[in-house]
Amino acid sequence: MSILLAARELAVRIGPLGVCCGLDLELQAGETLVILGKNGAGKSTLLATLAGLRPPSGGQVLLQDRDYAAHGPRAAARLRGWLGQHRGDPFATTVLETALTGRHPHLGRWQWESAADVRIAREALVEVGLHGLEERDVQTLSGGERQRLAIATLLTQQTPLMLLDEPLTHLDLNHQIAVLEILARRARQGAGIVTVLHDPGLAWRYAGRVLLIYGDGHTDLGPADALLTPERLARLYGHPLARVEQDGRVAFIPC
Amino acid sequence: MPSPRRALLILACLLGLAGLSLGAALLAGSVAVGPGELLAILAGGEPSLAAEVVLQLRLPRALSGFACGGLLALAGALMQVLLRNPLADPYVLGISGGAGVGALGAILLGLSGLGLDLFAFGGALGALLLVFGLAHGDGSWTQTRLLLTGVIVAAGCGALVALMLSLAPESQLRGMLFWLMGDLSQSLSPWPTLAALVLALLLAMPFARELNLLSRGAESARTLGVAVGRLRGLVYLIAALATAAAVTSAGAIGFIGLVVPHLVRLAIGNDQRLLLPASVLAGGTLLMAADTLARTVIAPEQLPVGVLTALLGVPVFLFLLSRTGGRSA
Repeated sequence: MSILLAARELAVRIGPLGVCCGLDLELQAGETLVILGKNGAGKSTLLATLAGLRPPSGGQVLLQDRDYAAHGPRAAARLRGWLGQHRGDPFATTVLETALTGRHPHLGRWQWESAADVRIAREALVEVGLHGLEERDVQTLSGGERQRLAIATLLTQQTPLMLLDEPLTHLDLNHQIAVLEILARRARQGAGIVTVLHDPGLAWRYAGRVLLIYGDGHTDLGPADALLTPERLARLYGHPLARVEQDGRVAFIPC
Repeated sequence: MPSPRRALLILACLLGLAGLSLGAALLAGSVAVGPGELLAILAGGEPSLAAEVVLQLRLPRALSGFACGGLLALAGALMQVLLRNPLADPYVLGISGGAGVGALGAILLGLSGLGLDLFAFGGALGALLLVFGLAHGDGSWTQTRLLLTGVIVAAGCGALVALMLSLAPESQLRGMLFWLMGDLSQSLSPWPTLAALVLALLLAMPFARELNLLSRGAESARTLGVAVGRLRGLVYLIAALATAAAVTSAGAIGFIGLVVPHLVRLAIGNDQRLLLPASVLAGGTLLMAADTLARTVIAPEQLPVGVLTALLGVPVFLFLLSRTGGRSA
Protein backbone atom coordinates (compact mmCIF):
# COMPACT_ATOMS: atom_id res chain seq x y z
CA MET A 1 0.00 0.00 0.00
CA SER A 2 1.27 3.48 -0.79
CA ILE A 3 1.69 6.17 1.83
CA LEU A 4 -0.43 9.19 0.90
CA LEU A 5 0.52 11.44 3.77
CA ALA A 6 3.27 11.34 6.35
CA ALA A 7 4.22 13.56 9.27
CA ARG A 8 7.74 13.22 10.64
CA GLU A 9 8.56 14.66 14.05
CA LEU A 10 5.82 17.18 13.38
CA ALA A 11 5.49 20.10 15.77
CA VAL A 12 2.59 22.54 15.49
CA ARG A 13 2.23 25.58 17.72
CA ILE A 14 -0.29 28.41 17.79
CA GLY A 15 1.49 31.21 19.63
CA PRO A 16 2.28 29.77 23.07
CA LEU A 17 -0.11 26.82 22.62
CA GLY A 18 1.48 23.55 21.63
CA VAL A 19 -0.86 21.46 19.49
CA CYS A 20 1.51 18.56 18.99
CA CYS A 21 5.21 17.88 19.07
CA GLY A 22 7.21 15.01 17.68
CA LEU A 23 4.14 13.60 15.93
CA ASP A 24 4.89 10.72 13.57
CA LEU A 25 2.04 9.68 11.36
CA GLU A 26 1.59 7.74 8.16
CA LEU A 27 -1.67 7.50 6.28
CA GLN A 28 -2.04 4.65 3.81
CA ALA A 29 -4.39 4.57 0.86
CA GLY A 30 -7.80 3.37 1.98
CA GLU A 31 -7.34 4.56 5.57
CA THR A 32 -9.57 6.87 7.56
CA LEU A 33 -8.10 8.89 10.41
CA VAL A 34 -10.34 10.98 12.65
CA ILE A 35 -8.99 13.87 14.72
CA LEU A 36 -10.79 14.58 18.00
CA GLY A 37 -10.22 17.26 20.58
CA LYS A 38 -11.76 20.16 22.47
CA ASN A 39 -12.55 23.51 20.89
CA GLY A 40 -9.34 25.49 20.58
CA ALA A 41 -7.10 22.46 20.99
CA GLY A 42 -5.71 23.08 17.53
CA LYS A 43 -7.45 20.46 15.39
CA SER A 44 -8.00 22.84 12.48
CA THR A 45 -4.47 24.20 12.72
CA LEU A 46 -3.02 20.70 12.64
CA LEU A 47 -5.22 19.80 9.68
CA ALA A 48 -4.20 22.96 7.83
CA THR A 49 -0.56 22.08 8.49
CA LEU A 50 -1.14 18.58 7.13
CA ALA A 51 -2.78 20.20 4.09
CA GLY A 52 0.30 22.34 3.49
CA LEU A 53 -1.61 25.55 4.14
CA ARG A 54 0.66 26.67 6.97
CA PRO A 55 4.25 25.80 7.71
CA PRO A 56 4.93 23.39 10.58
CA SER A 57 6.74 24.76 13.64
CA GLY A 58 9.05 21.78 13.39
CA GLY A 59 9.42 18.53 11.51
CA GLN A 60 8.05 17.68 8.10
CA VAL A 61 4.82 16.95 6.28
CA LEU A 62 5.22 14.71 3.24
CA LEU A 63 2.57 14.32 0.56
CA GLN A 64 3.34 11.09 -1.28
CA ASP A 65 6.97 11.20 -0.07
CA ARG A 66 7.69 14.83 -1.05
CA ASP A 67 7.04 18.01 0.84
CA TYR A 68 4.51 20.54 -0.40
CA ALA A 69 7.10 22.98 -1.66
CA ALA A 70 8.59 20.28 -3.89
CA HIS A 71 5.16 19.56 -5.39
CA GLY A 72 4.19 23.20 -5.98
CA PRO A 73 0.62 24.38 -5.33
CA ARG A 74 -1.00 23.04 -8.50
CA ALA A 75 0.46 19.55 -8.39
CA ALA A 76 -0.34 19.35 -4.67
CA ALA A 77 -3.94 20.33 -5.44
CA ARG A 78 -4.29 17.29 -7.66
CA LEU A 79 -3.16 15.04 -4.79
CA ARG A 80 -4.87 16.46 -1.72
CA GLY A 81 -8.19 18.14 -1.22
CA TRP A 82 -9.14 20.17 1.81
CA LEU A 83 -12.50 21.16 3.21
CA GLY A 84 -12.25 24.32 5.29
CA GLN A 85 -14.68 25.73 7.80
CA HIS A 86 -15.36 29.08 6.20
CA ARG A 87 -18.13 29.54 3.69
CA GLY A 88 -19.17 32.75 2.04
CA ASP A 89 -19.40 34.07 -1.45
CA PRO A 90 -19.63 37.83 -1.72
CA PHE A 91 -20.71 37.53 -5.35
CA ALA A 92 -23.54 35.58 -6.90
CA THR A 93 -22.57 32.24 -8.38
CA THR A 94 -24.41 29.05 -9.19
CA VAL A 95 -24.15 25.71 -7.45
CA LEU A 96 -22.71 24.01 -10.54
CA GLU A 97 -20.11 26.76 -11.07
CA THR A 98 -19.02 26.38 -7.47
CA ALA A 99 -18.68 22.61 -7.71
CA LEU A 100 -16.72 23.03 -10.95
CA THR A 101 -14.04 25.05 -9.15
CA GLY A 102 -12.82 21.65 -7.95
CA ARG A 103 -11.61 20.97 -11.49
CA HIS A 104 -9.24 23.96 -11.44
CA PRO A 105 -6.00 22.06 -10.70
CA HIS A 106 -6.76 19.62 -13.50
CA LEU A 107 -7.16 22.32 -16.15
CA GLY A 108 -4.51 24.19 -18.10
CA ARG A 109 -4.31 27.97 -17.94
CA TRP A 110 -6.39 28.60 -21.05
CA GLN A 111 -8.55 25.50 -20.88
CA TRP A 112 -12.28 25.74 -20.21
CA GLU A 113 -14.18 23.14 -18.27
CA SER A 114 -15.08 20.30 -20.63
CA ALA A 115 -18.24 18.21 -20.76
CA ALA A 116 -16.35 15.55 -18.80
CA ASP A 117 -15.56 18.09 -16.04
CA VAL A 118 -19.21 19.12 -15.89
CA ARG A 119 -20.22 15.45 -15.63
CA ILE A 120 -17.83 14.91 -12.71
CA ALA A 121 -19.26 17.95 -10.93
CA ARG A 122 -22.87 16.88 -11.57
CA GLU A 123 -22.17 13.39 -10.25
CA ALA A 124 -20.68 14.87 -7.09
CA LEU A 125 -23.77 17.05 -6.65
CA VAL A 126 -25.99 13.98 -7.04
CA GLU A 127 -23.87 12.16 -4.48
CA VAL A 128 -24.42 14.83 -1.81
CA GLY A 129 -28.11 15.16 -2.68
CA LEU A 130 -27.99 18.55 -4.42
CA HIS A 131 -29.19 17.43 -7.85
CA GLY A 132 -31.81 19.75 -9.26
CA LEU A 133 -30.14 22.74 -7.60
CA GLU A 134 -27.36 23.10 -10.19
CA GLU A 135 -28.48 26.53 -11.39
CA ARG A 136 -29.44 27.91 -7.98
CA ASP A 137 -27.56 30.91 -6.64
CA VAL A 138 -25.27 29.78 -3.85
CA GLN A 139 -26.35 32.77 -1.75
CA THR A 140 -29.88 31.33 -1.53
CA LEU A 141 -28.76 27.99 -0.09
CA SER A 142 -29.17 26.99 3.56
CA GLY A 143 -26.14 26.41 5.75
CA GLY A 144 -26.43 22.63 5.40
CA GLU A 145 -26.80 22.86 1.62
CA ARG A 146 -23.72 25.05 1.40
CA GLN A 147 -21.80 22.54 3.48
CA ARG A 148 -22.82 19.71 1.16
CA LEU A 149 -21.89 21.87 -1.84
CA ALA A 150 -18.42 22.36 -0.36
CA ILE A 151 -18.14 18.58 0.03
CA ALA A 152 -19.29 18.11 -3.58
CA THR A 153 -16.57 20.58 -4.66
CA LEU A 154 -14.02 18.52 -2.77
CA LEU A 155 -15.27 15.32 -4.45
CA THR A 156 -15.07 17.06 -7.84
CA GLN A 157 -11.40 17.72 -7.16
CA GLN A 158 -10.89 13.91 -7.23
CA THR A 159 -7.85 13.77 -5.00
CA PRO A 160 -6.45 10.56 -3.52
CA LEU A 161 -6.09 12.35 -0.16
CA MET A 162 -8.93 14.31 1.45
CA LEU A 163 -8.55 16.45 4.57
CA LEU A 164 -11.84 17.62 6.06
CA ASP A 165 -12.31 20.14 8.84
CA GLU A 166 -15.64 19.42 10.53
CA PRO A 167 -17.46 18.15 7.44
CA LEU A 168 -20.66 17.56 9.44
CA THR A 169 -21.19 21.21 10.48
CA HIS A 170 -24.79 22.35 9.82
CA LEU A 171 -25.82 18.88 8.62
CA ASP A 172 -28.89 16.98 9.82
CA LEU A 173 -28.42 13.45 11.15
CA ASN A 174 -29.36 11.84 7.84
CA HIS A 175 -26.91 13.98 5.92
CA GLN A 176 -24.20 13.41 8.52
CA ILE A 177 -24.38 9.68 7.94
CA ALA A 178 -24.72 10.16 4.17
CA VAL A 179 -21.53 12.26 4.06
CA LEU A 180 -19.62 9.79 6.23
CA GLU A 181 -20.82 6.95 3.97
CA ILE A 182 -19.55 8.87 0.91
CA LEU A 183 -16.16 9.22 2.58
CA ALA A 184 -16.14 5.53 3.58
CA ARG A 185 -16.92 4.60 -0.01
CA ARG A 186 -14.03 6.75 -1.24
CA ALA A 187 -11.76 5.10 1.30
CA ARG A 188 -12.78 1.65 0.07
CA GLN A 189 -11.86 2.82 -3.43
CA GLY A 190 -8.38 3.69 -2.17
CA ALA A 191 -8.62 7.28 -0.95
CA GLY A 192 -7.02 8.39 2.29
CA ILE A 193 -9.28 10.42 4.60
CA VAL A 194 -8.31 12.66 7.51
CA THR A 195 -11.24 14.37 9.14
CA VAL A 196 -11.99 16.39 12.23
CA LEU A 197 -15.19 15.20 13.93
CA HIS A 198 -17.00 16.18 17.11
CA ASP A 199 -18.84 12.95 17.86
CA PRO A 200 -16.61 10.16 19.24
CA GLY A 201 -19.38 7.66 18.45
CA LEU A 202 -19.18 8.49 14.75
CA ALA A 203 -15.40 8.37 14.98
CA TRP A 204 -15.68 4.90 16.51
CA ARG A 205 -17.92 3.85 13.64
CA TYR A 206 -16.00 5.28 10.69
CA ALA A 207 -12.38 5.68 11.73
CA GLY A 208 -9.68 3.08 11.46
CA ARG A 209 -7.42 5.16 13.67
CA VAL A 210 -8.02 8.26 15.75
CA LEU A 211 -5.73 11.11 16.74
CA LEU A 212 -6.64 12.69 20.06
CA ILE A 213 -5.41 16.22 20.66
CA TYR A 214 -5.42 17.27 24.29
CA GLY A 215 -4.49 20.89 23.75
CA ASP A 216 -1.39 20.78 25.97
CA GLY A 217 0.96 19.38 23.36
CA HIS A 218 0.01 15.78 24.14
CA THR A 219 -1.51 13.59 21.46
CA ASP A 220 -2.60 9.97 21.25
CA LEU A 221 -2.63 8.11 17.98
CA GLY A 222 -3.98 4.59 17.64
CA PRO A 223 -6.80 2.28 16.60
CA ALA A 224 -10.24 3.77 17.24
CA ASP A 225 -11.63 0.91 19.31
CA ALA A 226 -8.59 0.86 21.58
CA LEU A 227 -8.34 4.61 22.16
CA LEU A 228 -12.00 5.58 22.39
CA THR A 229 -12.62 4.67 26.03
CA PRO A 230 -14.80 6.74 28.36
CA GLU A 231 -11.78 7.44 30.59
CA ARG A 232 -9.63 8.78 27.80
CA LEU A 233 -12.47 10.79 26.27
CA ALA A 234 -13.28 12.27 29.67
CA ARG A 235 -9.70 13.51 29.84
CA LEU A 236 -9.88 14.72 26.23
CA TYR A 237 -13.05 16.78 26.67
CA GLY A 238 -12.69 17.58 30.35
CA HIS A 239 -16.14 16.11 30.95
CA PRO A 240 -17.22 12.62 32.08
CA LEU A 241 -18.78 10.38 29.41
CA ALA A 242 -20.63 7.08 29.46
CA ARG A 243 -20.29 4.47 26.73
CA VAL A 244 -23.49 2.90 25.39
CA GLU A 245 -23.50 0.02 22.95
CA GLN A 246 -26.42 -1.11 20.86
CA ASP A 247 -26.59 -3.37 17.78
CA GLY A 248 -22.82 -3.30 17.50
CA ARG A 249 -22.70 0.52 17.44
CA VAL A 250 -21.30 2.71 20.13
CA ALA A 251 -22.36 6.09 21.46
CA PHE A 252 -20.72 8.26 24.09
CA ILE A 253 -23.15 10.19 26.22
CA PRO A 254 -22.02 13.19 28.27
CA CYS A 255 -22.86 12.58 31.92
CA MET B 1 -20.52 29.50 -16.36
CA PRO B 2 -20.73 30.61 -19.95
CA SER B 3 -19.45 28.31 -22.67
CA PRO B 4 -16.53 29.70 -24.70
CA ARG B 5 -18.83 30.17 -27.68
CA ARG B 6 -21.39 32.13 -25.67
CA ALA B 7 -18.59 34.21 -24.17
CA LEU B 8 -17.30 35.11 -27.62
CA LEU B 9 -20.81 35.97 -28.77
CA ILE B 10 -21.33 38.31 -25.81
CA LEU B 11 -17.97 39.97 -26.41
CA ALA B 12 -18.80 40.38 -30.10
CA CYS B 13 -22.10 42.10 -29.19
CA LEU B 14 -20.29 44.41 -26.76
CA LEU B 15 -17.70 45.17 -29.41
CA GLY B 16 -20.55 46.13 -31.76
CA LEU B 17 -21.97 48.46 -29.10
CA ALA B 18 -18.54 50.00 -28.64
CA GLY B 19 -18.42 50.62 -32.41
CA LEU B 20 -21.81 52.32 -32.32
CA SER B 21 -20.76 54.45 -29.40
CA LEU B 22 -17.59 55.45 -31.23
CA GLY B 23 -19.61 56.29 -34.33
CA ALA B 24 -21.94 58.50 -32.31
CA ALA B 25 -18.96 60.23 -30.70
CA LEU B 26 -17.50 61.01 -34.12
CA LEU B 27 -20.80 62.26 -35.57
CA ALA B 28 -22.04 64.42 -32.72
CA GLY B 29 -20.91 68.00 -32.23
CA SER B 30 -21.22 71.55 -33.47
CA VAL B 31 -19.68 70.78 -36.88
CA ALA B 32 -22.24 68.58 -38.62
CA VAL B 33 -20.84 65.42 -40.17
CA GLY B 34 -23.09 62.87 -41.90
CA PRO B 35 -22.52 59.10 -41.68
CA GLY B 36 -21.44 58.92 -45.35
CA GLU B 37 -19.07 61.82 -44.88
CA LEU B 38 -17.67 60.19 -41.75
CA LEU B 39 -16.87 56.99 -43.64
CA ALA B 40 -15.15 59.01 -46.36
CA ILE B 41 -13.08 60.87 -43.75
CA LEU B 42 -12.09 57.67 -41.96
CA ALA B 43 -11.16 56.09 -45.32
CA GLY B 44 -8.74 58.98 -45.78
CA GLY B 45 -10.63 61.48 -47.93
CA GLU B 46 -9.92 65.11 -48.82
CA PRO B 47 -8.68 67.42 -46.04
CA SER B 48 -11.54 69.60 -44.84
CA LEU B 49 -12.79 71.29 -41.69
CA ALA B 50 -14.96 68.27 -40.95
CA ALA B 51 -12.05 65.90 -41.43
CA GLU B 52 -9.92 68.08 -39.16
CA VAL B 53 -12.57 68.09 -36.44
CA VAL B 54 -13.21 64.35 -36.63
CA LEU B 55 -9.61 63.17 -36.83
CA GLN B 56 -7.89 65.77 -34.64
CA LEU B 57 -10.53 66.43 -32.00
CA ARG B 58 -13.31 63.88 -31.81
CA LEU B 59 -11.44 60.65 -32.55
CA PRO B 60 -8.60 61.14 -30.01
CA ARG B 61 -11.08 62.24 -27.38
CA ALA B 62 -13.39 59.28 -28.02
CA LEU B 63 -10.50 56.84 -27.93
CA SER B 64 -9.24 58.41 -24.71
CA GLY B 65 -12.71 57.98 -23.27
CA PHE B 66 -12.85 54.35 -24.34
CA ALA B 67 -9.41 53.62 -22.90
CA CYS B 68 -10.14 55.35 -19.57
CA GLY B 69 -13.54 53.70 -19.22
CA GLY B 70 -12.04 50.30 -20.01
CA LEU B 71 -9.17 50.79 -17.57
CA LEU B 72 -11.44 51.95 -14.77
CA ALA B 73 -13.91 49.08 -15.26
CA LEU B 74 -11.08 46.55 -15.37
CA ALA B 75 -9.46 48.01 -12.28
CA GLY B 76 -12.81 48.01 -10.48
CA ALA B 77 -13.49 44.37 -11.36
CA LEU B 78 -10.02 43.39 -10.16
CA MET B 79 -10.30 45.38 -6.92
CA GLN B 80 -13.67 43.78 -6.15
CA VAL B 81 -12.09 40.33 -6.46
CA LEU B 82 -8.92 41.32 -4.63
CA LEU B 83 -10.80 42.75 -1.66
CA ARG B 84 -13.69 40.26 -2.01
CA ASN B 85 -15.91 43.26 -1.54
CA PRO B 86 -18.64 44.34 -3.95
CA LEU B 87 -18.22 47.93 -2.77
CA ALA B 88 -14.60 48.17 -3.82
CA ASP B 89 -13.75 50.48 -6.72
CA PRO B 90 -10.49 51.59 -8.33
CA TYR B 91 -10.25 54.58 -6.03
CA VAL B 92 -10.80 52.81 -2.71
CA LEU B 93 -7.08 52.23 -2.17
CA GLY B 94 -6.05 55.83 -2.62
CA ILE B 95 -4.67 55.75 -6.18
CA SER B 96 -6.93 58.52 -7.39
CA GLY B 97 -6.30 60.45 -4.21
CA GLY B 98 -2.57 60.35 -4.89
CA ALA B 99 -3.14 61.38 -8.49
CA GLY B 100 -5.39 64.19 -7.28
CA VAL B 101 -2.69 65.53 -4.97
CA GLY B 102 -0.23 65.43 -7.86
CA ALA B 103 -2.59 67.03 -10.35
CA LEU B 104 -3.74 69.83 -8.06
CA GLY B 105 -0.16 70.48 -7.06
CA ALA B 106 0.71 70.81 -10.74
CA ILE B 107 -2.18 73.21 -11.33
CA LEU B 108 -1.07 75.29 -8.33
CA LEU B 109 2.39 75.46 -9.87
CA GLY B 110 0.82 76.62 -13.10
CA LEU B 111 1.55 73.47 -15.06
CA SER B 112 -0.73 71.98 -17.68
CA GLY B 113 -0.59 69.36 -20.41
CA LEU B 114 2.27 66.89 -20.06
CA GLY B 115 3.56 68.41 -16.83
CA LEU B 116 0.15 67.99 -15.22
CA ASP B 117 -0.05 64.39 -16.43
CA LEU B 118 3.40 63.59 -15.08
CA PHE B 119 2.52 65.06 -11.68
CA ALA B 120 -0.76 63.13 -11.59
CA PHE B 121 0.91 59.87 -12.53
CA GLY B 122 3.66 60.49 -10.01
CA GLY B 123 1.07 61.09 -7.29
CA ALA B 124 -0.77 57.90 -8.23
CA LEU B 125 2.47 55.91 -8.17
CA GLY B 126 3.37 57.42 -4.81
CA ALA B 127 0.05 56.35 -3.29
CA LEU B 128 0.37 52.93 -4.93
CA LEU B 129 3.83 52.30 -3.50
CA LEU B 130 2.86 53.65 -0.10
CA VAL B 131 -0.16 51.35 0.17
CA PHE B 132 1.71 48.40 -1.30
CA GLY B 133 4.65 48.83 1.04
CA LEU B 134 2.57 49.36 4.16
CA ALA B 135 0.00 46.65 3.44
CA HIS B 136 2.61 44.14 2.38
CA GLY B 137 4.36 44.77 5.68
CA ASP B 138 5.07 41.40 7.23
CA GLY B 139 4.13 39.62 4.02
CA SER B 140 0.71 38.60 5.30
CA TRP B 141 -1.25 40.62 2.71
CA THR B 142 -4.59 40.29 4.40
CA GLN B 143 -7.59 41.92 2.77
CA THR B 144 -8.45 43.92 5.85
CA ARG B 145 -4.95 45.31 6.18
CA LEU B 146 -4.81 46.25 2.52
CA LEU B 147 -8.26 47.85 2.63
CA LEU B 148 -7.55 49.80 5.82
CA THR B 149 -4.17 51.01 4.56
CA GLY B 150 -5.71 52.09 1.28
CA VAL B 151 -8.66 53.85 2.87
CA ILE B 152 -6.39 55.74 5.27
CA VAL B 153 -4.02 56.80 2.48
CA ALA B 154 -7.06 57.89 0.44
CA ALA B 155 -8.30 59.94 3.40
CA GLY B 156 -4.89 61.58 3.76
CA CYS B 157 -4.86 62.45 0.06
CA GLY B 158 -8.40 63.79 0.37
CA ALA B 159 -7.25 66.12 3.13
CA LEU B 160 -4.33 67.37 1.01
CA VAL B 161 -6.69 67.91 -1.93
CA ALA B 162 -9.05 69.91 0.27
CA LEU B 163 -6.11 71.94 1.57
CA MET B 164 -4.96 72.80 -1.94
CA LEU B 165 -8.49 73.67 -3.02
CA SER B 166 -8.81 76.10 -0.14
CA LEU B 167 -5.42 77.67 -0.83
CA ALA B 168 -5.81 77.87 -4.60
CA PRO B 169 -6.54 81.23 -6.26
CA GLU B 170 -10.07 81.61 -7.65
CA SER B 171 -8.87 81.41 -11.26
CA GLN B 172 -7.52 77.88 -10.84
CA LEU B 173 -10.48 76.45 -8.95
CA ARG B 174 -12.54 75.54 -12.00
CA GLY B 175 -9.70 73.55 -13.57
CA MET B 176 -9.12 71.76 -10.29
CA LEU B 177 -12.76 70.88 -9.86
CA PHE B 178 -13.01 69.60 -13.43
CA TRP B 179 -9.97 67.40 -12.85
CA LEU B 180 -11.42 66.05 -9.62
CA MET B 181 -14.74 65.29 -11.26
CA GLY B 182 -13.13 63.73 -14.28
CA ASP B 183 -12.89 65.45 -17.63
CA LEU B 184 -11.71 64.21 -21.00
CA SER B 185 -11.28 67.61 -22.65
CA GLN B 186 -7.77 67.94 -21.24
CA SER B 187 -6.54 64.49 -22.21
CA LEU B 188 -3.60 64.46 -24.59
CA SER B 189 -2.85 61.60 -26.98
CA PRO B 190 -5.08 58.53 -26.48
CA TRP B 191 -2.39 56.04 -27.47
CA PRO B 192 -0.50 55.65 -24.15
CA THR B 193 -3.81 55.08 -22.37
CA LEU B 194 -4.99 52.58 -24.99
CA ALA B 195 -1.66 50.77 -24.75
CA ALA B 196 -2.04 50.63 -20.97
CA LEU B 197 -5.53 49.16 -21.43
CA VAL B 198 -4.34 46.41 -23.76
CA LEU B 199 -1.37 45.63 -21.53
CA ALA B 200 -3.46 45.47 -18.34
CA LEU B 201 -6.01 43.17 -19.95
CA LEU B 202 -3.32 40.91 -21.41
CA LEU B 203 -1.64 40.69 -18.00
CA ALA B 204 -4.87 39.93 -16.15
CA MET B 205 -6.48 37.42 -18.52
CA PRO B 206 -4.10 34.49 -17.90
CA PHE B 207 -5.13 34.62 -14.25
CA ALA B 208 -8.87 34.90 -14.84
CA ARG B 209 -9.81 31.44 -13.62
CA GLU B 210 -7.55 31.82 -10.58
CA LEU B 211 -9.36 35.09 -9.86
CA ASN B 212 -12.65 33.17 -9.88
CA LEU B 213 -11.23 31.05 -7.07
CA LEU B 214 -9.78 34.03 -5.22
CA SER B 215 -13.19 35.72 -5.21
CA ARG B 216 -14.51 32.69 -3.32
CA GLY B 217 -11.91 32.91 -0.58
CA ALA B 218 -8.16 32.80 -0.22
CA GLU B 219 -7.95 29.57 1.73
CA SER B 220 -9.96 27.45 -0.66
CA ALA B 221 -8.12 29.05 -3.59
CA ARG B 222 -4.84 27.96 -2.06
CA THR B 223 -5.99 24.38 -1.64
CA LEU B 224 -7.04 24.36 -5.29
CA GLY B 225 -3.51 25.25 -6.33
CA VAL B 226 -3.50 29.04 -6.54
CA ALA B 227 -0.37 30.82 -5.31
CA VAL B 228 -2.53 33.34 -3.49
CA GLY B 229 0.12 35.75 -2.20
CA ARG B 230 1.71 36.21 -5.59
CA LEU B 231 -1.64 36.50 -7.34
CA ARG B 232 -2.83 39.20 -4.91
CA GLY B 233 0.32 41.23 -5.41
CA LEU B 234 0.02 40.95 -9.17
CA VAL B 235 -3.68 41.84 -9.23
CA TYR B 236 -3.09 44.84 -6.99
CA LEU B 237 -0.33 46.12 -9.25
CA ILE B 238 -2.37 45.65 -12.43
CA ALA B 239 -5.43 47.32 -10.94
CA ALA B 240 -3.42 50.17 -9.44
CA LEU B 241 -1.44 50.89 -12.61
CA ALA B 242 -4.61 50.71 -14.70
CA THR B 243 -6.23 53.23 -12.36
CA ALA B 244 -3.16 55.44 -12.43
CA ALA B 245 -3.15 55.42 -16.24
CA ALA B 246 -6.84 56.31 -16.40
CA VAL B 247 -6.79 59.14 -13.86
CA THR B 248 -3.64 60.58 -15.37
CA SER B 249 -5.41 60.90 -18.69
CA ALA B 250 -8.82 62.10 -17.57
CA GLY B 251 -8.92 62.84 -13.86
CA ALA B 252 -10.95 61.04 -11.26
CA ILE B 253 -13.97 59.96 -13.30
CA GLY B 254 -16.26 58.35 -10.77
CA PHE B 255 -18.72 55.55 -10.91
CA ILE B 256 -17.49 53.62 -13.96
CA GLY B 257 -15.09 51.50 -11.92
CA LEU B 258 -17.67 50.66 -9.28
CA VAL B 259 -20.76 50.14 -11.36
CA VAL B 260 -19.70 48.72 -14.71
CA PRO B 261 -18.36 45.47 -13.23
CA HIS B 262 -21.62 45.11 -11.32
CA LEU B 263 -23.75 45.80 -14.40
CA VAL B 264 -21.78 43.22 -16.34
CA ARG B 265 -21.93 40.75 -13.47
CA LEU B 266 -25.69 41.13 -13.20
CA ALA B 267 -26.04 40.52 -16.92
CA ILE B 268 -23.60 37.68 -17.54
CA GLY B 269 -22.43 36.26 -14.22
CA ASN B 270 -19.19 36.38 -12.29
CA ASP B 271 -16.82 34.29 -14.41
CA GLN B 272 -13.75 36.54 -14.65
CA ARG B 273 -12.75 35.03 -17.98
CA LEU B 274 -15.76 36.79 -19.48
CA LEU B 275 -16.27 39.49 -16.86
CA LEU B 276 -12.88 41.15 -17.31
CA PRO B 277 -12.98 41.67 -21.12
CA ALA B 278 -16.71 42.41 -21.03
CA SER B 279 -16.16 45.06 -18.33
CA VAL B 280 -13.44 46.65 -20.44
CA LEU B 281 -15.75 46.90 -23.45
CA ALA B 282 -18.76 48.03 -21.44
CA GLY B 283 -16.77 50.57 -19.43
CA GLY B 284 -15.18 52.00 -22.55
CA THR B 285 -18.50 52.18 -24.36
CA LEU B 286 -20.27 53.83 -21.46
CA LEU B 287 -17.59 56.45 -20.93
CA MET B 288 -17.45 57.28 -24.66
CA ALA B 289 -21.22 57.70 -24.75
CA ALA B 290 -21.25 59.77 -21.58
CA ASP B 291 -18.52 62.02 -22.91
CA THR B 292 -20.40 62.54 -26.18
CA LEU B 293 -23.36 63.69 -24.12
CA ALA B 294 -21.14 65.77 -21.85
CA ARG B 295 -19.88 67.88 -24.74
CA THR B 296 -23.17 68.16 -26.66
CA VAL B 297 -25.96 68.36 -24.11
CA ILE B 298 -25.50 72.03 -23.25
CA ALA B 299 -23.12 72.89 -26.11
CA PRO B 300 -21.10 75.04 -26.45
CA GLU B 301 -20.68 74.59 -22.69
CA GLN B 302 -19.10 71.30 -21.62
CA LEU B 303 -19.92 69.26 -18.56
CA PRO B 304 -17.30 67.21 -16.74
CA VAL B 305 -17.98 63.67 -17.90
CA GLY B 306 -17.72 62.27 -14.36
CA VAL B 307 -20.98 64.04 -13.51
CA LEU B 308 -22.75 62.39 -16.44
CA THR B 309 -21.43 58.88 -15.78
CA ALA B 310 -23.01 59.07 -12.37
CA LEU B 311 -26.24 60.61 -13.61
CA LEU B 312 -26.60 57.89 -16.26
CA GLY B 313 -25.30 54.99 -14.22
CA VAL B 314 -27.23 55.41 -11.01
CA PRO B 315 -30.75 54.84 -12.40
CA VAL B 316 -29.62 51.96 -14.63
CA PHE B 317 -27.92 50.29 -11.72
CA LEU B 318 -30.83 50.78 -9.34
CA PHE B 319 -33.18 49.33 -11.96
CA LEU B 320 -31.05 46.20 -12.41
CA LEU B 321 -30.64 45.85 -8.67
CA SER B 322 -34.37 45.99 -8.01
CA ARG B 323 -35.00 43.48 -10.80
CA THR B 324 -32.73 40.90 -9.23
CA GLY B 325 -33.76 41.57 -5.65
CA GLY B 326 -30.28 42.79 -4.83
CA ARG B 327 -28.86 39.34 -4.24
CA SER B 328 -26.35 39.40 -7.02
CA ALA B 329 -24.65 42.68 -6.40
